[in-house]
Amino acid sequence: MNQENRMKDPYYKSLTRKMLFIVIVVSFAPLIMVSSIILNRFSISYNEKLNAHLGELVLKHRQNIDSFLLEKLNNIRYMARSFTVEELKNKEFLRNNLAALQTEYGSVFEDLGFINEKGIQVTYAGPFNLEKARYSDAEWFRKAINSDYFISDVFLGLRGIPHFIIAVRQKSNGESYILRATISFVAFNSLVENLRIGKTGFAFILNSKGEFQSKPGFEVVPGKSYSFYESIKKGRKTKDGVYFSEMVDDSGKENLYVASLIKNGDWFLIYQQDKSDAFSDLTHAKQIALFIILTGGIIIIITAFLLSKRMVAKIAMADLEKELMNQQVIETGKLASLGELAAGIAHEINNPVAIMVEEAGWVHDLLEDEQFSSKENQDEFERALAQIKNQGKRCREITQKLLSFARKTDTYIEDVGINEVINDAISFCSQRAKFANVVVKSNLEENLPIIRLSHTEIQQVLLNLMNNALDSMEKRGGNIVLTSCLEGDEVVISIADDGPGIPRANLARIFDPFFTTKPVGKGTGLGLSICYGIIKKMGGEIDVRSVVDAGTTFHIRLPCRRND
Amino acid sequence: MAINILLVDDEIPFLETMTRRLVKREFITASASSGDEAIRLLEKNGEIEVVVLDVKMPGMDGLETLKIIRQKFPLIEVIMLTGHATIESAIEGMKLGAFDYLMKPCDMEELLSKVREAAMKTKRHKEKIIEAQLKEITMRRI
Repeated sequence: MNQENRMKDPYYKSLTRKMLFIVIVVSFAPLIMVSSIILNRFSISYNEKLNAHLGELVLKHRQNIDSFLLEKLNNIRYMARSFTVEELKNKEFLRNNLAALQTEYGSVFEDLGFINEKGIQVTYAGPFNLEKARYSDAEWFRKAINSDYFISDVFLGLRGIPHFIIAVRQKSNGESYILRATISFVAFNSLVENLRIGKTGFAFILNSKGEFQSKPGFEVVPGKSYSFYESIKKGRKTKDGVYFSEMVDDSGKENLYVASLIKNGDWFLIYQQDKSDAFSDLTHAKQIALFIILTGGIIIIITAFLLSKRMVAKIAMADLEKELMNQQVIETGKLASLGELAAGIAHEINNPVAIMVEEAGWVHDLLEDEQFSSKENQDEFERALAQIKNQGKRCREITQKLLSFARKTDTYIEDVGINEVINDAISFCSQRAKFANVVVKSNLEENLPIIRLSHTEIQQVLLNLMNNALDSMEKRGGNIVLTSCLEGDEVVISIADDGPGIPRANLARIFDPFFTTKPVGKGTGLGLSICYGIIKKMGGEIDVRSVVDAGTTFHIRLPCRRND
Repeated sequence: MAINILLVDDEIPFLETMTRRLVKREFITASASSGDEAIRLLEKNGEIEVVVLDVKMPGMDGLETLKIIRQKFPLIEVIMLTGHATIESAIEGMKLGAFDYLMKPCDMEELLSKVREAAMKTKRHKEKIIEAQLKEITMRRI
């Protein structure tokens, strides 16, 4: 199983998921907790500050409106008290005073009128024809004649235009009279509307009946009753007399209301603002925070994903290496067992061979005493005995090699002559090469330095590479050339064949564990991987060059020390 | 003068053939199929000069037998005979005082050459001992 397939294993998938989950939870939990706490505290603080700010603005606006009304009342009160009834009844006098007031306050004062006890406007100065107008039935007149002064609600009156009046009652010779002034609705309305905050914040005034005393920022539907007055009065009230409440209007918008009583409690100054507008800065801050959290979250998720994937890949690689090591141990164990077996067989064979040789020797000894009738037979006996003796020697050489191999199955580090190892490898493979019709040649540089390494392991590498070359040329035959030379401080061994070569696509993977192009059951895919591991362990390098249909050459570079 | 040899090997056919061949070459040959038997024979037969000893044997192996021979019969030379698997044992034997070692199957001429050298060494040892004893007796008389 290669690394890619290994990652698809359910165990590693589950490990990746668990690691991803843990990293995300551990990273997200503090981020969300800290962000939530900060945002919550910020919201509360912002809410308090906003309410305090709006309350202060409404209080100031209340003072402005109250000052406006008081100032205008005082103007009329001054006139009523300072001038005689005759003067006030004089139309020209009133006109002059109106002109003076309009000079001072602009178009705030629309007209002035002197009204007797019976409600008849005796004298009038203003743009309308209201002289001799009768107000005895008017509600404002009834209230005004019974108090020192009176400021009316906004009404249409005889002129049919919204306005309100300021009236001051005076007495002369036992008779009451009223000096009244009409205040321009436009001027008063502009004063009320002066309070504007944000995009949707505006102020308006209601009387105690819930009637608008100024033009509100929304379209007023005639005949519709607005329940602001009662609803706002039910809201939270501060010690300064400021009311706070929230309501949803007909369009479904949530509005914020801040209100205060003016004109001695007759009117209600109301400030209304769309809640989303009022809290737009907070919403903006929340959006930024959300954006940061989301961005951070995405970064955390990506990082967690990459991190867990990389860590699991490393774990998988470590597991693979462990498996490979186990495989190597098993391979080494197998070789050791094979070595022991070979040693046992060699010993067991040696004894009978020794007996055979001795018996042949004994026959030879006896023949020396015998007289043969035919010289030809004697020669034939001697040739046969010599042959037995020679074959016995050959058996001894074979078992010697077998034992030599068996003794070197350990990884004992020793001084090794590379050329000797190459010759041994050639010798081991010679029989197989002969059957595969492959000619094995060597071109070895003499006097190569001795290298300290495991004889068994380097022999294993060379045999593996030679066996691979022989495998590839088994069908058609060919040549294998082994060379050794010294390059700088390295001994370079080359194993070159003129076999079918390795396709480019496979070339990069040939040292990967379990990669094999051999049929199933023929190769484990571990041979070259083990060779690579062995050479790397020796501090050397192994590389391959191959051209399809031209051949393959493996180069092994081993660091050496001069044998001084 | 014929050399007295003791052959020690657990392979009886080898022992028999080798004995016959040595006898034919006028060596006085005794044989034993185990270490214990070899020690017993040496104790009985004081004429043996060289022991040809197989390393790998059941029971008491060649090295143990060698140790006892060197201990009890220091004048007798021992030639180790071994298969290749026990070449290290043969070398170990050399360290313990064996005269030489040979590998199976061995060449008869090579064996005879080593046996003669070993017998010569034994003979020289014995002569030196006799010489020393004579010197001692002479010294006492003086």
